[in-house]
Amino acid sequence: MIAIVKRPEPSKFWTIATPIFAVILTMILGGLLFAAMGKDPVAAIRTIFWDPLFNEQFAAYSRPQLLVKAGPLILIAIGLSIGFKAGIWNIGAEGQYIMGAITGASVGLALYPLEAWWIFPAMVIAGALGGFLWAMIPAILKTRFNTNEILVSLMLVYVAEQILASAALGFLRNPEGNGFPGSRNLSQIPWLSNPELIPGTGAHWGVVAALGAVVAAYVLLNKHMLGFQIRLTGESPRAARFAGVKDKLLVMFCLGTAGALAGLAGLFEVTGPAGQISIDFGAGYGFTAIIVAFLGRLNPIGILLAGLLLALTFIGGELAQFMLGLPSAAIQVFQGMLLMILLAMDLVVNYRIILVNREAA
Amino acid sequence: MKRRTLLTAAAASALALGAAFPSFAADPVKVGFIYVGPKNDGGWSQHHHEAAMVMAEHFGDAVEIVEQESVPEGPDAERVMTQMALSGADIIFTTSFGYMDQTINVAAKFPDVKFEHATGYKTAPNVGVYSARFYEGRAVEGYLAGHMTKSNKIGYIGSFPIPEVIRGINSSFLHAKKENPDVEMSVVWLNTWFDPAKEADAAQAMIDQGIDVVLQHTDSTAPQITAQKAGNVYTFGQAADMAEFGPMPRISSIIDEWAPYYIERVQAVIDGTWESDNTWDGIGAGMVGIGEISSAVPADVKAGAEALTASISSGEYHPFTGPINKQDGSVWLAEGEVADDGTLAGMNFYIEGLTGEIPQ
Repeated sequence: MIAIVKRPEPSKFWTIATPIFAVILTMILGGLLFAAMGKDPVAAIRTIFWDPLFNEQFAAYSRPQLLVKAGPLILIAIGLSIGFKAGIWNIGAEGQYIMGAITGASVGLALYPLEAWWIFPAMVIAGALGGFLWAMIPAILKTRFNTNEILVSLMLVYVAEQILASAALGFLRNPEGNGFPGSRNLSQIPWLSNPELIPGTGAHWGVVAALGAVVAAYVLLNKHMLGFQIRLTGESPRAARFAGVKDKLLVMFCLGTAGALAGLAGLFEVTGPAGQISIDFGAGYGFTAIIVAFLGRLNPIGILLAGLLLALTFIGGELAQFMLGLPSAAIQVFQGMLLMILLAMDLVVNYRIILVNREAA
Repeated sequence: MKRRTLLTAAAASALALGAAFPSFAADPVKVGFIYVGPKNDGGWSQHHHEAAMVMAEHFGDAVEIVEQESVPEGPDAERVMTQMALSGADIIFTTSFGYMDQTINVAAKFPDVKFEHATGYKTAPNVGVYSARFYEGRAVEGYLAGHMTKSNKIGYIGSFPIPEVIRGINSSFLHAKKENPDVEMSVVWLNTWFDPAKEADAAQAMIDQGIDVVLQHTDSTAPQITAQKAGNVYTFGQAADMAEFGPMPRISSIIDEWAPYYIERVQAVIDGTWESDNTWDGIGAGMVGIGEISSAVPADVKAGAEALTASISSGEYHPFTGPINKQDGSVWLAEGEVADDGTLAGMNFYIEGLTGEIPQ
């Protein structure tokens, strides 16, 4: 008979090994799914995991695209993970991402057609500030009126989406756009754009910021008093209060950081890959980043890898769609499978599975 | 800039590779399609997909089809197009308005790949645009709506406030009003092409307000399902016939006929005669079809709608023929004057009698 026994400490070995096993298990189960659909499972798995990285025809293009896709996910997820560690649940990163893009783009477009080196840095600050202030709404409501930050931050996403639509149709609309919605194309205006820094790498300022955030979060959580307080608050809020943690300030800090990073991600996206404020600018990065944060186990390095892995399944999934004719729903099932298996395998991190002799028991 | 040169180099080396192996020349023409919704959305995207299949059947082994569905209008679309071009596509049809800038960007990197963008207005030497004069079909829908409504309240589910959608609203309202001077039209903007939940909510809200004819410029069949539950509400098939909802609530439809255009353009690629174009055809040229008018419609109304269709088809009647005033009461078209294509292409105003504002 099989019994499940809780480990006194989470297993170090399995913490690292489970993601690898999860990917392998997903490949096997996903392969079975694709085979059941009448597709070659080996070709499908190779297209999703191998071709974006090493296919001669388009890896030169899709490899940099991994960074483009993963950059905003990592940047947002890092901010979220700090709050999640402290038990502060910001579900509204999508809204903060949108508001950062709007405030940043507004500053740039208000100055158009001025040409000066300081415009882009000013936009970056405005973007971070936009996200920060949007996150301050749930933060202040929570600290002053004890509202639930999950609900408030989530609801503010829908408010942000309405403001986005109004920006694309109204105050940021391109006056030379023949009456069509959408702002000027920021990526085509040199002083407002966020170009690729090293040609062929896909790395724009947002990717640099994401890597910087990973390092900063690592230092904060492991080497800094504040990081200790964050972890302590998450694990035992009462003990944290006794230890002198100012919990209201901590809520402000966690939500504010997450908001500022999400705002930055939005600004870098709107000035780079997306290029303009449009009605459907928010592509769900803020929500996907929640998955990335948990997939990376709220650990900065883990988030970096999780962001890249998710980007790989996105891009590989697209390739599999048009090269092998797999329906997009099958790709989504595959991605979902990966997440489910990974989370399910947490079982072996926290528990031991042992065989018990029935008579002895 | 630098990325562009890199990609051009990649494309050039791919070409050189093709030249080095002449047997590749006999390869089928690779045709890519990018859809904004799922291939089985029941409307817009499904109809593009089905037209692509008709085209594929027409050419048999001479073409190879690659498709991607549910591609968001944004940076993801640009990546999908680039990857299709890199994988050797010869012509790519991008079938939603929001792919416009991305199509132009990617086309600039791949001068040897042809692009066809649906419903946009930006062209390039290797980018053609095509659209249908849906407003001609909307006139027929408006005619039917004006006759069929009992509450004199018509609803219109708008997608994005772009000229194509505004033309449809104006055209249907104009013709409903002609048949029934008491008619009122409410417009709801959803800012999406495909979102069954939002579409159903919008339809339900309209029905709750006493609206009994719902027109839509969104792609799912959710409004039909909502109307079916409500009972005495009429709808029209959008982009596809949606005949499965007939004879009630679906009383007719506008059908997009893309297949002949796809066959013609792919043939041009095969022949090496493809050139950038700007096609805007209507009922007469067969790009817009009016679906069967169901038995729920009285015979005389049906006959009237068919006569209207015939006169638009023959070119005898233009749906935007004056006198027509703008919403603010100023004159747009004088008696007998016909709207020019330039104004129609950029239409950003409501005609007189419509309430509410175009979001801006």
